[in-house]
Amino acid sequence: MSKKKKIGLLPFAAGFAAALVFGWNIFPQILYSNKGQPTTFSHTGHLNHTQKDLQDLDCVDCHYYRADGSFAGTPSLESCAECHNEPLTGVPSEQTFVSEYVKKDKQVPWNTYQGQPDNVYFSHIAHDTYECTECHQDMENADSLPPYYENKLTGYSRDIMKMHECERCHARENTSNACYLCHK
Amino acid sequence: MSESMRIHHHFEIRWGMVIDIDKCTGCGACVVACQAENNIPPNPDPFDRMRDPHWLIVYKLSNHKKFPEHDTAYLPRPCMQCGNPSCASVCPVIATTKDEEGGIVSQIYPRCIGCRYCMAACPYHSRVFNWFDPVWPEGMDKTLTPFVSTRPRGVVEKCTFCHHRWQIAKEEARKRGENPMHLDEQAYIPACAEVCPTGAIHFGDLHNPEHIVHKLARSPYAFRILENLGTEPQVYYLSRRDWVRKQGDNHFRQEEKKNS
Repeated sequence: MSKKKKIGLLPFAAGFAAALVFGWNIFPQILYSNKGQPTTFSHTGHLNHTQKDLQDLDCVDCHYYRADGSFAGTPSLESCAECHNEPLTGVPSEQTFVSEYVKKDKQVPWNTYQGQPDNVYFSHIAHDTYECTECHQDMENADSLPPYYENKLTGYSRDIMKMHECERCHARENTSNACYLCHK
Repeated sequence: MSESMRIHHHFEIRWGMVIDIDKCTGCGACVVACQAENNIPPNPDPFDRMRDPHWLIVYKLSNHKKFPEHDTAYLPRPCMQCGNPSCASVCPVIATTKDEEGGIVSQIYPRCIGCRYCMAACPYHSRVFNWFDPVWPEGMDKTLTPFVSTRPRGVVEKCTFCHHRWQIAKEEARKRGENPMHLDEQAYIPACAEVCPTGAIHFGDLHNPEHIVHKLARSPYAFRILENLGTEPQVYYLSRRDWVRKQGDNHFRQEEKKNS
């Protein structure tokens, strides 16, 4: 009797395992496409220059608040061209960056990992007391950019901050969770 | 209205508008400014009201008397941001609520299912339904306000007191190291109030004595539209003309006797 029961359970266990493999491994590969970034970028290379004559940068040199309190986010081509008007190093990726974007005066179409939909408002300066890495990946010691996964159905980034994550932190911090706090 | 129907909220800030009807010339600049600011698509046929998702509209009032007693007035009508919003209590999906500091009634477009209960409930006709997807003529999409989301077909929208301008004003205050909950009167002004050539539209915090609306709303010439309903609007009107103030509400016959 018990043996029969065990055999009877086997197809269910196999089906369960197959569903898990599909749900956790195969389906995300179908849903998300790895788009990457238009050009390479090394955060460590900019924070600690290997060449002595170049000045080391700080995070806020590129990711800064504007005068009106809004956050600059990914630097514009003008910010990059302040230093990279001409190639500074012998790195081939820098030379292609200068020839492809700076010389052609074309903005780099960076993919934003945390790009929110049109109807969402987020103020960086209101969250200034928190560490950047509570929401963003720590890029201080990263030599390359992480892969950018785009949801094929919605077109949004896989690593976007979800609404329940915003709400959970707001509830924990005893802050308002009113709709108009974040929606526009 | 029964006590249980009232939504009790206490907000530190109560954004309010005081519109001086005697100063309004009916020029319509506020309507244009509102449309440009809030990404309201241009209407191919201005007489087709179905295609006109107006957030702010100017009504013409008349005392219905023959010359020389004849008199007219103009009444700009934004969303009243009611203290007891009848739209919020009927919404089946909580797409519209009054829960944020400042007392502005929110409208979340992706959440709206387009049932239009709120439109039926609103006594001020402040809400409009998108029967069509918005279309901007080529090149005009570059004039869109990035701080206001565009609305697809099938959702209800309404005036938000240019809520995004408050968000921007709070950011600026934080950058300057000031308290974002205690803004200067000039820091946050909706587009209609900013553009009004005669200065008929005043805007500010009704709870803050430093703001002019605090004083104006307590004027003996101040009134609110359909005050008898108990909706507690945050939009006040001013007029020294008795007939204008009288048209602000529908009175029962016995009340009229009492008032006269």
